[in-house]
Amino acid sequence: MGEAMTRNLITRENLITLVLLAALLVGPLVAVALDETFYVTLATRIAILALAATGLNLALGLGGLVSFGHAAFFGIGGYAAGILATHAFNGEPLIFGLSGTKNMLIIWLVGAVSAAVVAAATGLIALRTSGVYFIMITLAFAQMIYYFAISWPAYGGEDGLSIFVRNGFPGVNTLQPLSFFLLCFAVLIVGLVFFAVLKNSRFGAALQAGRQNETRLAAVGIAPFRIRLAAFVISAMMTAIAGALFADLNRFVSPAMLSWHMSGELIVLIILGGTGRLAGPLAGACVYVLFEFLLGGMTEHWQLFLGLVLLGVVLFARGGVIGLLAGRAHHG
Amino acid sequence: MAEPILRLEGLNKSFGALKASDNVSLELYPGEIHALIGPNGAGKSTLINQISGALQPDSGRVYFAGEDVSELGMAARARLGMGRTFQVSSLAGEFSALRNVMLAVQSRQGSSFRFFKPVMSDRSLVDPAMDALARVGLEHRADVPAAELSHGERRQLEIAIALALGAKAFLLDEPMAGMGPEGSKALTRFLDGLRHEAPILLVEHDMDAVFALADRVSVLVYGRIIASGTVEEIRRDSAVREAYLGEGA
Repeated sequence: MGEAMTRNLITRENLITLVLLAALLVGPLVAVALDETFYVTLATRIAILALAATGLNLALGLGGLVSFGHAAFFGIGGYAAGILATHAFNGEPLIFGLSGTKNMLIIWLVGAVSAAVVAAATGLIALRTSGVYFIMITLAFAQMIYYFAISWPAYGGEDGLSIFVRNGFPGVNTLQPLSFFLLCFAVLIVGLVFFAVLKNSRFGAALQAGRQNETRLAAVGIAPFRIRLAAFVISAMMTAIAGALFADLNRFVSPAMLSWHMSGELIVLIILGGTGRLAGPLAGACVYVLFEFLLGGMTEHWQLFLGLVLLGVVLFARGGVIGLLAGRAHHG
Repeated sequence: MAEPILRLEGLNKSFGALKASDNVSLELYPGEIHALIGPNGAGKSTLINQISGALQPDSGRVYFAGEDVSELGMAARARLGMGRTFQVSSLAGEFSALRNVMLAVQSRQGSSFRFFKPVMSDRSLVDPAMDALARVGLEHRADVPAAELSHGERRQLEIAIALALGAKAFLLDEPMAGMGPEGSKALTRFLDGLRHEAPILLVEHDMDAVFALADRVSVLVYGRIIASGTVEEIRRDSAVREAYLGEGA
């Protein structure tokens, strides 16, 4: 048994995940040594987007729930960071006499719980549909939140909300780019481990079976709806934590984080990297941010080229980058 | 006679002008194989779908294991012990045969809301699933993705899943279809023994198998049960011969 487990752990896919993570870790360390802190920001961006997309990958990749509204959760996390920081800054109480905070742990908790509540409420409705209707309903809910943020002047409305000093984490100097990167990197690893564990659990088995064949799942006595609702909520929570980190990276949060472009971007990351694969979102985020950086410097139409790559992936490499490198997914 | 495990009471189902089930009532008793035969399009699969909860009848009730399950969904009925197979195999194609069966074991054990323990090293899931695969003779194909199994193997796998579910009754929708003569014979022998574990409602076109296995036969034509009785009675029934067995059977 122990031997079999070891064999299961050393797969090509897991090795690729480790290599990607190692590269992501070494990059900023080298950049700091060369005094090129910009690259640290780039790597931090990759880590955060990978985390957000890993959250979505739980619903989309494992459960087949193509949410076109995950920007809502990303933005809710971002606004949790922005709003709590604002209140901590100006000293005005938030609600019920509670004050703001600059402690990331509390911010993440507030962001994740808020996203969970919204996901549970919207999921209860959206998950009664499937296919293109599910896509449209999730989009509609996200757009409602987007317009709500635009029209709510208390927190910047259309202009967004600045975080004057990056929020703090106990024992970490988040103002230092490398420390903040390492924090994001650590959270990404926790997210990836959580994804891998969940995928192999009973819950993950039911969730994936529901994607493959929902009639089969029901025929063995497992109702797909509750499994999917739970997955949708968990997925939203992880994306919200990424959103809080994203707001702290930019020290700014605006309705752009809630827009459908953002939802689309998260889906693109997953498809580029490999749907349902552990390292898919990470690989996708690497490709995406590097494209943005390398081609974005040359032309503002860099997304045209990204579009071509995406087209190539969809037409010729359904499994994305990870599918190309590690072959088809194995399910034990 | 003992209480029936499954009882249908006046099921009606129409698709537009087509009456797929016309006041269908039948019972399935412990220890028996009750065969449901009829020409193509007679509404056999539609009936199985209404029993298992995949389709809601327009009217009528379904009683299972002493309960009125008419308002329950498919998953809830499966949890009560309805083990069904599909006319066209319905499996989680990417999962191995073993994982397909493990899903049933997991369901039978209760909650699927367990997020941490890996299933593949969980003996309480793997062992019963392997046992069920072995019973249908599929243990050597345990690691093969369901989508890559042969047609006949997929049917065996569906039966293994129903076994692992600990079914109180089996609803088998053409389990012999697409099997070679050897496979059919082996499956006939297997079902013959299975009836003592739980009764079987058997939809089947293979008349050799039906006549070899069935304790009772009901004949469905245009959504109506036109005859019901022992194999001998059905063989002799002139209406059945005309409507179904046809050409001087």
